[in-house]
Amino acid sequence: MTALTALLRRREAGIALALLVVIGVTTAIQPGFLLSSGGWRDLLLTPAILVVLAVGQAVVVITRNVDLSVGSMLGLTAYLAGRLFIDVPDLPIVVVALVAVAAGAVLGLVNGSIVAFARVPALVITLGTLYVYRGVALTWAGSDRIDAGDMPRAFLALGTRQVLGVPVLTIVAAVVLAVVAYYMYTSRGGRQLYAIGSDPDAAELQGLPVRRRLLGAFALNGALAGLAGVMFAARYGTVSSGAGVGLELQVVGAVVVGGVAIFGGSGTVVGAALGAMLLLTINRALPVVGIPDFWQRAVVGALIIGAIALDRVLARRRSHRLAAERDTDQPGGAGPADREEATP
Amino acid sequence: MQNAAPTLRLEGVAKSFGPVAALRSGTLVVQPGSIHALVGENGAGKSTLVKIVGGVHRRDAGVVELDGEPVDFTGPAEAKAAGVAVIHQEPASFPDLTVAENIYLGREPLGRFRRIDRRAMRAGARELFRDLGVDLDPDRPAEGLSIADQQIVEIAKAISLDARLLVMDEPTAALSAVEVRRLFAVARGLRDAGRAVVFISHRLDEVADLCDTVTVMRDGEHVSTDPVAGVTADELVRRMVGRAVSDLYPKVPSTPGEVVLRVEGLQSTGTFHDVSFEVRAGEIVGLAGLVGAGRSEIARAVFGVDRYDAGRVAVDGRTLRPGDPTAAIAAGLALVPEDRRLEGLVTESSVARNVSAVSRRRLARLGILLPDAEARLARDWSGRLAVKAGALDAVATTMSGGNQQKVVLAKWLATGPKVLIVDEPTRGIDVGTKAEVHRLLSTLAAEGLAVLMISSELPEVLGMADRVLVVREGRIVAALDRADATPETVMRAATPGASSERGDAA
Repeated sequence: MTALTALLRRREAGIALALLVVIGVTTAIQPGFLLSSGGWRDLLLTPAILVVLAVGQAVVVITRNVDLSVGSMLGLTAYLAGRLFIDVPDLPIVVVALVAVAAGAVLGLVNGSIVAFARVPALVITLGTLYVYRGVALTWAGSDRIDAGDMPRAFLALGTRQVLGVPVLTIVAAVVLAVVAYYMYTSRGGRQLYAIGSDPDAAELQGLPVRRRLLGAFALNGALAGLAGVMFAARYGTVSSGAGVGLELQVVGAVVVGGVAIFGGSGTVVGAALGAMLLLTINRALPVVGIPDFWQRAVVGALIIGAIALDRVLARRRSHRLAAERDTDQPGGAGPADREEATP
Repeated sequence: MQNAAPTLRLEGVAKSFGPVAALRSGTLVVQPGSIHALVGENGAGKSTLVKIVGGVHRRDAGVVELDGEPVDFTGPAEAKAAGVAVIHQEPASFPDLTVAENIYLGREPLGRFRRIDRRAMRAGARELFRDLGVDLDPDRPAEGLSIADQQIVEIAKAISLDARLLVMDEPTAALSAVEVRRLFAVARGLRDAGRAVVFISHRLDEVADLCDTVTVMRDGEHVSTDPVAGVTADELVRRMVGRAVSDLYPKVPSTPGEVVLRVEGLQSTGTFHDVSFEVRAGEIVGLAGLVGAGRSEIARAVFGVDRYDAGRVAVDGRTLRPGDPTAAIAAGLALVPEDRRLEGLVTESSVARNVSAVSRRRLARLGILLPDAEARLARDWSGRLAVKAGALDAVATTMSGGNQQKVVLAKWLATGPKVLIVDEPTRGIDVGTKAEVHRLLSTLAAEGLAVLMISSELPEVLGMADRVLVVREGRIVAALDRADATPETVMRAATPGASSERGDAA
């Protein structure tokens, strides 16, 4: 198998292809979708926030966990960033961003601690903190809303500015993706995250630092939710207590569509990022092609179910193939004898 | 050498799990530059001892010393760091990672910027496999590896740790003769380099071939330690068993009747192939074989829990619908599963609830369960099986393994089955209760029940079964009558490559 066919057979290639088809078809119907300056910008800018969230979520899902509180973490950190601009007017933008990221990491760490130490399923814990974090935001913000006028112009400009035709927020998302993907593939810690998701009991038996890794995964996810909060504030210019409501479902959907197995152990953050881009691009493409509102949601739903079904089919086919290989390897009792001859 | 501190010294180590004492008094002294055999029946406490040395369990009492220093590992990582490598009985691999990643997990060779050096990792794995003389692709995923290959991966992992103490818990059970020989060569190399090796095996010929010292354990206690040269295999067996076999396996004679269960050409890709056998009324048929040979999978398919690709299962001549346990129960099949906590019991429920679990439809009027009927049923069967529970509303978790197993048996017997399939009926049960379970099975067979018994304990199979079917790698490779079934004939049939090669290797 050459490197090219290996690349093409990867799950990510399929998603990238689907993305290209969606863009291609929509552009054929409505050239402005891609070929106008606004179309190009929207194509790159719209998925930026979801990509950052999907990358963080993918790391958590790979460990056979999930963090449903990302929407609430985003809302809370976005409001925190806005509040800082109002209350401490001279604070540099970088410091505000760092504070929001750190706050997100702490929120994620709370989730991770409960999951790692109390051994309660992440689904339940983070469903709880989803409401708790949202409740904190509601109490803190009340009916208050932070508007574009409250935030520095330089900060808001980040939401729309482009460098060499690429929006700044997209660059941020791309850098996050590259760094995390590099870590997951090339570091010991990254491979251990896969191992933990693949078989948590075996990971304990092997003496892997399971708790520390889980804490790290949740903290990273929280930090990225914090970064996404800052990006949200810059992009939309208004933050209320309801920022990011319901976003968690989109994030988990993107991760699943991107080929990260919900039972952990397999998939890549690149796939999750592509899944996020595919979901949002389809969302924007459907009205352009003239598909009614109701069907737009149905298509997204079908996409998620289709992705999961595809995963099951592929997994079953693979295990069947591996099992069949074993059968042909060792036809009954003659197997070991064959192997003896095969070894030099 | 005897003057230096031993590499490993255990004295009076004890460990209990709830009410079951797995290890009462483990004592083991392993010198550097030696290969030390640890033998004993299943349930003698060998694996528990190994898990304490490997940091998986913490001891309740006793002394553990490495090179004279007392140690108390709180986790496997600490044991590893102290230079203890353990190959556990059940291979624990990560199916989604590649073979090479499995071997080097957590200590991958690093290149620049602390980046995993995949090339070095692959080369290292290849070299390990070459030393072991096996042909495994380091880049393939661990998913779908045979038990033997998984065991090879575990061995490669342990060897690559370069530990001062290597503990192998039945490493040869699934290996072919050539692989065993290579493994022995590696073990001897480690010994000559001054490392200590602990080797657990049921095969006394291997012990005689490889080891210099042998320690016998029985019922969680140390029995004896001798130089291998100074003790015969017969003497070892006598010490391991330590009691008359007839006490443990009270076999009631019975005459087999009509064929009740007939299985023809059952097949499931990658699991088992062309499985055909029959069980007669009043007969106990033992299904022997190595762990992972596919015995439990066959039982699950017969019962309809798992689907199969080809073949048929018939009870009293009527073919059962595949993959339909409800139909199987209605036809008179009952399955007492391998893992009673996971599959056999609702552990949070009462004894009465558990006993009546499968018979509930029969106990109900118009869909409403009659509590009196439930209590009566539970009382009848608990009494008959001598379940020791404070009350019928006692929760199953509070009971010992033996009593839990009786509750599971009661549940299935209450359905009035014609065929009873029992999977490892006495695993994790103390010796006294074991004999009770055996007596019960024997009596039931004498009353005309057809029994299919899966067991990894050879003495149990030989002591209980009227006929023994041996499963190897998913196929029935031998059918032996009670008279012909000896430990040698069964083990030879069960072990891959044994008939031609194993004898020479010893």
